[in-house]
Amino acid sequence: MRKRGLSATAERSTRLGNSKPENPLEGHEPESICPRMDDIVSGMRSLRLAGTLGWTDISLRYRGSVLGPFWMTISAAIMVASMGVIYARLFHMNLRDYLPFLSLSMALWQVGLSSLIQESCTCFIDAEASIHAMKLPFSLQAFRLLVRNAIVFAHSIVVPIGVFLIYGLFPGLISLVSLPGLALWLIDGFAACLLLGALCARFRDIAPIIGAFMQIAFYVTPIIWKPTQLSPHQSRYLVLNPFYDLLEMVRGPILGTLPPLSAVLISVSLSIIWCVVAFLFFARTRERLAFWV
Amino acid sequence: MPLTRLIDYSLVYPMFHGSARSLKKSLFKGVKSKVADRQVVGGSIISQADMTVVLALSQLTLSIETGERVGLIGHNGAGKSTLLRALAGIYESRLGVLHVEGDLHALLSPQAGMNTDLTGRENIRLYARYIGLDKAAAITLEKDVEEFAELGAFLDLPVRLYSSGMAIRLGFGLATAPRPEILLMDEWFMAGDSHFQEKARLRLTRLIEHVSILVITSHSLPVLRQWCTRIIWMEGGRIRMDGPPDLVIDAYEAINQAEHQPLKIPVIEDSRARAS
Repeated sequence: MRKRGLSATAERSTRLGNSKPENPLEGHEPESICPRMDDIVSGMRSLRLAGTLGWTDISLRYRGSVLGPFWMTISAAIMVASMGVIYARLFHMNLRDYLPFLSLSMALWQVGLSSLIQESCTCFIDAEASIHAMKLPFSLQAFRLLVRNAIVFAHSIVVPIGVFLIYGLFPGLISLVSLPGLALWLIDGFAACLLLGALCARFRDIAPIIGAFMQIAFYVTPIIWKPTQLSPHQSRYLVLNPFYDLLEMVRGPILGTLPPLSAVLISVSLSIIWCVVAFLFFARTRERLAFWV
Repeated sequence: MPLTRLIDYSLVYPMFHGSARSLKKSLFKGVKSKVADRQVVGGSIISQADMTVVLALSQLTLSIETGERVGLIGHNGAGKSTLLRALAGIYESRLGVLHVEGDLHALLSPQAGMNTDLTGRENIRLYARYIGLDKAAAITLEKDVEEFAELGAFLDLPVRLYSSGMAIRLGFGLATAPRPEILLMDEWFMAGDSHFQEKARLRLTRLIEHVSILVITSHSLPVLRQWCTRIIWMEGGRIRMDGPPDLVIDAYEAINQAEHQPLKIPVIEDSRARAS
């Protein structure tokens, strides 16, 4: 049975502009943005369902393996250890400086940015069966994806924590400054689901394009290399890379430095633009999504 | 009071195939057609080689009041399932007015919201979460469905190992558990072995007696005669006839015997086939 909380459409009307005479049945519902907001609001109301779905996704992915999701932790640990040794040699850095940086960067990038963006492309396509069978808010799928990635994140972050412990580093209270950054990531990730999820449902060749793009972004963003390896006048331009700004908002405080003001300003303003674009796009396409997936 | 009302309601269904799925090719085509437009004065025809737009429902005006049990009949592609999906709020359209009042539940696919990698029991719990049941109600649901589906040890195996009949039993048990005011039902519920059909009929009858409005599609005319108080005969997305069961079904049968009708429009109406 459809509960109001789930869909908020027990009473629902649609109409075409003003070509029809006013109908008393639907006079109370103005045109415009309302159904889209409804979608997001009812998605929020069913957060518990989103949590269950996200958790189910993870447990199914690792069903039948002894270690379960800790495979992610182990593979991340092996990668960081092997890359750490090689790149520290290449970059002439000692492991004590380099390894904490690398492990943290990799964990943040792989889960927080890269996989979140890539998975957001298939956010609606993957849920095709239930979209065609049930009336559910589309934003539910976005929340589900956030939950799933949050769980993966919790497993990956174990590696940098371990590295910090091994080297006896304690980030200190300044690391709390990274929390607003993480919140910003969540909001941007949600917007990415609405925008890229809808776009990729319509045009199926976008997802691979985004995948290739993220690959490039990985190399041009200081993730395995440190910004300080560039000369000062070169590293000035890093701030133009939005991935650097977003990364620095979370990574900087944990490594003990506040993010530069320019990075914060650019992250926040780009995020606002990103969210507005995503919302407007979703508002325009939401009613057609069921035909696209 | 539960009611559903459609005024001049149309639904356009875009179908993409081939290069319409590709952004790169679509962009190319857009540029091309713009250039072409410039040459043809006043021409606004957009070349849509790979996109077919189907008018699945065309200017329907229809009102279903409390207490009515409506059967939808018509050939494949007449718009029956599309109409159900529109009423369920899955397909949306801005053309015309669609007004639904009351708690609504749709039985559109036996696998609705099921994850075939989960076991039957896990699917029941997930479904309870989908429809927003609290813990006690979820336990009741689990017992109820377990008893109905008679899957035994299979209930604790992943659904993808089930035979199609077993999957339908589970899906049927789940889908018929809620007690909505408005129930929409597609024809899949007729499947299953004979023992199950009898059980299913009992369960459905109980459910139907409870609901205020029932809308079902079926090709089984005897079932519709028995259950419905009103039959709507659809053809090419329009209503061809609307009235008491015997009147409409007799006319429908007469036409079917008289001529072997070809499909009116090439619509893939049954999107369950796409979903699965």
